[in-house]
Amino acid sequence: MLEKALSGSRRYWTWIIILLILIGIGFINYLRQFKLGLGITGMSRDVSWGFYISQFTFLVGVAASAVMLVIPYYLHNYKKFSKIVILGEFLAVASVTMCLLFIFVDMGQPMRILNVILHPTPNSILFWDALVLNGYLFLNIVIGWATLHAEKKGIPPAPWVKPLIYISIPWAISIHTVTAFLYAGLPGRHFWLTAIMAARFLASAFASGPALLLIVALLVRKYTKFDPGREPIQAVGKIVTYAMITNVFFFLLEIFTAFYSNIPGHKHSFEYLFAGYEGYGKLVPLMWLSIILAIISLILLINPGTRKNEKTLVIAALAVFFSLWIDKGFGLVIGGFIPNPFETVTEYWPTLPETFITIGVWAIGFLILTILYKVVISVRESIGNLEAEH
Amino acid sequence: MYDGGKIIPGLIIFLLIITYPFYTNIGKPVAEIKPDLKTPEIERLEVKECVEPKAFMRAEHMKLLNEWRDSAVRDGNRVYINSKGKNYQISLQKTCLRCHSNRDKFCKVCHTYAGVKPYCWNCHFAKQEGKG
Amino acid sequence: MSLDRREFLKLTGLFGLGIGVSGVNLLLRSRVDAREFVTPSGSLIAKRWAMVVDIRKFRTAEDYKRVIDACHSIHNVPDFGNKKDEVKWIWTEEFEHAFPGQQNRYLPEWVIEKPFLLLCNHCDHPPCVRVCPTKATFKRKDGIVMQDPHRCIGCRFCMAACPYGSRSFNWRDPRPFIKKRNPEYPTRQIGVVEKCTFCAERLAQGLEPACVEKSNGAIIFGDLADPNSEVRRVLSNHYTIRRKPELGTQPSVFYIIGGEENA
Ligand code: HEC
Ligand code: HEC
Ligand code: HEC
Repeated sequence: MLEKALSGSRRYWTWIIILLILIGIGFINYLRQFKLGLGITGMSRDVSWGFYISQFTFLVGVAASAVMLVIPYYLHNYKKFSKIVILGEFLAVASVTMCLLFIFVDMGQPMRILNVILHPTPNSILFWDALVLNGYLFLNIVIGWATLHAEKKGIPPAPWVKPLIYISIPWAISIHTVTAFLYAGLPGRHFWLTAIMAARFLASAFASGPALLLIVALLVRKYTKFDPGREPIQAVGKIVTYAMITNVFFFLLEIFTAFYSNIPGHKHSFEYLFAGYEGYGKLVPLMWLSIILAIISLILLINPGTRKNEKTLVIAALAVFFSLWIDKGFGLVIGGFIPNPFETVTEYWPTLPETFITIGVWAIGFLILTILYKVVISVRESIGNLEAEH
Repeated sequence: MYDGGKIIPGLIIFLLIITYPFYTNIGKPVAEIKPDLKTPEIERLEVKECVEPKAFMRAEHMKLLNEWRDSAVRDGNRVYINSKGKNYQISLQKTCLRCHSNRDKFCKVCHTYAGVKPYCWNCHFAKQEGKG
Repeated sequence: MSLDRREFLKLTGLFGLGIGVSGVNLLLRSRVDAREFVTPSGSLIAKRWAMVVDIRKFRTAEDYKRVIDACHSIHNVPDFGNKKDEVKWIWTEEFEHAFPGQQNRYLPEWVIEKPFLLLCNHCDHPPCVRVCPTKATFKRKDGIVMQDPHRCIGCRFCMAACPYGSRSFNWRDPRPFIKKRNPEYPTRQIGVVEKCTFCAERLAQGLEPACVEKSNGAIIFGDLADPNSEVRRVLSNHYTIRRKPELGTQPSVFYIIGGEENA
């Protein structure tokens, strides 16, 4: 089926070439990083994780969100999702691949990556994260491919696919829970040391992932003959609405605990992110942008009129996506390091090479997504043609 | 997508590649390169012996070094008693390179020949390059 | 699906064959028996190493510098001259930064201004060890938290986990930034984490840690498990504090802050 990705319109190839160029630029910068070390990034002794790990964290959420389509379709028999559930699964494939790549580019000694397997260490959450992420990648590739294959042949998927689908549901929850545990179990980092971290991660994941899916589905409709349909898109819109409300609610819970308890350590990172701390406030404008986007999105989503109108729904989805990208793909990880264990501040901002590498990884993700979606759409189109001929 | 005609030869080639070091090494003497043993420290030795017999050192020094490394760093056992009962302090720089102080004419000639580039020298170093 | 059961079996067979081949390979290699790895006689041994920093005895800037330089020069710790790439094993920090949360603005002025010597706490329950995915950092039986730079993959999880900021990462090649290399000790390379090891290599030679040796008695080092050791004597005679005790890590570095004699 993969050969279907090799024939496409001019627009398709232009898009592929743009992605390949971005990947190339990223790769050249990665070679430089490989040679000179992670010193070419903005990371420092105090902010020892940066853009890479925060993108990873954000994308785990996008990956996990596939269950928001799988659950209604497979557990509640919500047939309207039949056409887009595979889009969710392949979005998960692309996202998990990006996650793994972001971990890889963040490693100081990438050649030693096998040490994680050669010296398995069950007390390390990172060890489990590597396991569940790879497992989830495998599950979604297999499930997506098998169901598409069946669809192409016009037969129901093989019987062994169903159990895998059921496994993939708790598995999706696990990838984001384990990723939250990377942070939530560290004794010295007040910002992360919160029991609600995993729940917050899931809420933001179930908002940002479906929001991205919604945008992509509308793009697919615009540029291909495949129409996911109006109702599934509306249903996804509702999912985004509830998840975003929950996410904002969880965030406010954190604010309450930190500021009503008035414990300095719990307040510091919030102060740094939203007001500036001891005169440092590089991220303040960005974090407020995130808040404004969140408010805009909620207004557009909660109001039925604007949610039902696809034009405003897209704006809402974009607002959700970028709000959460800033919140999780930037603030959450960087904020946890500021102030540092000595309560002094070293600020962080990604450097140019770091940004190019990050864009390169995103481009690989989009390339995978494009190819997989191309295959899906070509299969659908050919089935459509066959049906039209009959 | 079942395509045995390609997969099976593919697997055979894969097998040949991964076992390459095995069958190319059978019965073959290690090449006749002469690592230089003339260092002041070795000249001073009464019996010109390495920490283990020469044949063993030739074939197994990388494994021995790994054992040394793990023993010293991980187990905290920093003395090595060799097969003859002689004691050596476990240290790449203070033991191996004290005798083989001519690293470039010793370790390196072999490694260049064998096409290996041990990454140890990213951190470990010989005395004469200690200047800065 | 492209991988059916037959192929799966074939693949497993292939794996088995691979393992067999390496097994034979091992057998054919020459073997030397009767080899042993032991702790050197005369090395310093303890059940639980610990350190007491008597901050009263650090009086001049020179007192700190001597101790820090001793450690950093012996261990080939680079000096990058900037905060971003900084690598340090032992350093100073003011009271409010060394013991955040424990300061109050009515403390004696000398406490507020006094630099405190900080280093890895070699915790009983080290969070860095808990999170390391490869056991590159691990706790020895004698309590020393070791860092194995050979195994470190540079994920920096330990740096996020350490509540004491005791860990440094080699963001850049350290070698050009080492003024004078000590040929008795390795340097490090790009992409690995490092930190104080309580001078594990010196203990094996019967020597105290370099900072202790150069401190003129201001740092006491010994066995916490031995009731007759000097650290225990000092601890039972002085009020000492540790960094962030509320986290339950049980640091094994103690600080004597002292009384009037400093005023
Ligand atoms: C006491 C001095 C001494 C020390 C310490 C020492 N070597 Fe040697 N090494 C020698 C001598 C002498 C020979 C030659 C032995 C012979 O000809 O039998 C030798 C031979 C060798 C050889 C084989 C060279 C050949 O021509 O095949 C290797 C490899 C080697 N040493 C590696 C090491 C390593 C690795 C270490 C540290 C673990 C080490 N040596 C420590 C003295 C030493
Ligand atoms: C007699 C030749 C010879 C000498 C002398 C020699 N080596 Fe080697 N060494 C080899 C060969 C051949 C290999 C590759 C073996 C293999 O791949 O199985 C090797 C591999 C290694 C490796 C493993 C590298 C890797 O990438 O797997 C290390 C470490 C090493 N040598 C250290 C040393 C040191 C240190 C010295 C000097 C003290 C030394 N060797 C001297 C022949 C030699
Ligand atoms: C990242 C830097 C680094 C690299 C690369 C490295 N080492 Fe080390 N090595 C160290 C450090 C640091 C120690 C600890 C020294 C100590 O505690 O005495 C050490 C200790 C050792 C020891 C035991 C004690 C000593 O002083 O020698 C051996 C043996 C050793 N390394 C072998 C190797 C070998 C063999 C390689 C290459 C295959 C290698 N190392 C690569 C940094 C490195």
